Amino acid sequence: MPAPKEFKWAGKLKGWKELAEISPGAIVPDVPTSPEYLTGDWRSERPIWNEGRCTHCLLCWLYCPEDAILLEITEKTVKMIGIDYDYCKGCGICVRACPPKVHALEMVPEEG
Amino acid sequence: MAKRKTTRVALTGNEAMALAMKQINPDVVAAYPITPATEIVQLFSKYVADGEVDTEFVPVESEHSAMSACVGAAAAGARVMTGTASQGLALMHEILYIASALRLPITMCVVNRALSAPINIHCDHSDTMGSRDAGWIQIYTENVQEAYASVIVAVKSAEKANLPALVTTDGFVLSHGMEAVEIFDDEDVREFLGERKPLYNLLDIDNPITIGPLDLQDYFFEHKRAQIEAVFESKKHIYDAHREFEEFFGVKLPVFVEPYRLDDAEYAIVVMGSSAGTGKDAVDVMRDERGIKVGLLRMRIFRPFPFEEIQKYLSKVKYLAVMDRADSLNTMGGPLATEIARALYHLSERPIIHNFVYGLGGRDVPLENFYEVIEKMQWIAAGNTPERMVDYVGVRE
Repeated sequence: MPAPKEFKWAGKLKGWKELAEISPGAIVPDVPTSPEYLTGDWRSERPIWNEGRCTHCLLCWLYCPEDAILLEITEKTVKMIGIDYDYCKGCGICVRACPPKVHALEMVPEEG
Repeated sequence: MAKRKTTRVALTGNEAMALAMKQINPDVVAAYPITPATEIVQLFSKYVADGEVDTEFVPVESEHSAMSACVGAAAAGARVMTGTASQGLALMHEILYIASALRLPITMCVVNRALSAPINIHCDHSDTMGSRDAGWIQIYTENVQEAYASVIVAVKSAEKANLPALVTTDGFVLSHGMEAVEIFDDEDVREFLGERKPLYNLLDIDNPITIGPLDLQDYFFEHKRAQIEAVFESKKHIYDAHREFEEFFGVKLPVFVEPYRLDDAEYAIVVMGSSAGTGKDAVDVMRDERGIKVGLLRMRIFRPFPFEEIQKYLSKVKYLAVMDRADSLNTMGGPLATEIARALYHLSERPIIHNFVYGLGGRDVPLENFYEVIEKMQWIAAGNTPERMVDYVGVRE
């Protein structure tokens, strides 16, 4: 999984004098910023992928609101290869989308 | 001083403001008509239809939309203007705050008109006083000549400060009153203003930005503090803009305040807008015929509040009558008196202040109003204490 970009606004909170320079009118300069927000830490449950049961129908990828289903795309095939836990919020939609007879995804509580 | 060519023409306040807008040739004007400011944008839309300006005119469905369209266009780097009055300004209210917090130098021509109810179309200052904390530069003019020049210098001031500015005329008194006005050439006005240099540009696709994001407990206060500082700094920008105007056109304009016969005054009157003209005449009569040492300070710019100028001109007078053409409905009178009292309170030398609310809903403001005000101040000087902190002048009991 690629390491997340360093988030320029993370760490020490900036004072108004610096903001007046880099963020006049409260604009956000360095967009897009959404890749830098790791929404995975909102999760209370996580989806677990059972690779052996997966038919790579990609319904989970289609329904995932966070684009957190990771794919491997070649010229001839598109396959699921995992879940991007940096951004997966644990909504469970992928588990509902996965056909019941396939049952390649299930939710488990986050620990800790 | 490079004096520019002027032409003398007869114009109403609305015609003068529309003409100034034509000469400024803004990129975008979004507006909705309202009495008594309708003519400003109506005449301007004719300039657009006749091809006399390059402006994109957005005929919107309300003032809320007008100011919203102005915000969008100004965020995209355009020079933007609009015009409104009273209820229209009130309908813009929430977007006024957004324009200033986004640091967008929109310039607006406002014709002062009483806010409903009861419904009325004539002058008082309740509409722009309702917008006094919206972060806009506010310029109140005394006559049509000044209104014309102030629109031009307001654009310069706003763009230097990166804050929006509004210029007012008193409804009907100035908006529909015709005067001889010295106007500049279109080319000179355009040369004076040059190109707007925006703080940021929504349409710069090489440097994308987010405008108007959610800003919560961790950053809102810092961003607001930065905006407040911009208002502190705007005084200097406003002075600079007026100095440049004076150098370019060879025409002098008062900036924040205009003192009148204040040098040795024991009594002083503070007033804004067209009534200042009547007030000056009243001062002449009271000084020259009645021997009262009275002077007048006209407030031209109400936002940012010129507390230093107030201190300079008014701390030495003994009795100060502040005349508000709006009431805060707070049992203390109008906003002008409250703020002037704050500006003077901590000084060791300061006048006794009394507030007079006058001219609501376009009630005529004759010389007698000013005599009455000074007679009341003399009554206070004689050792009497008024029943309330405010008196109402020119109203039937």
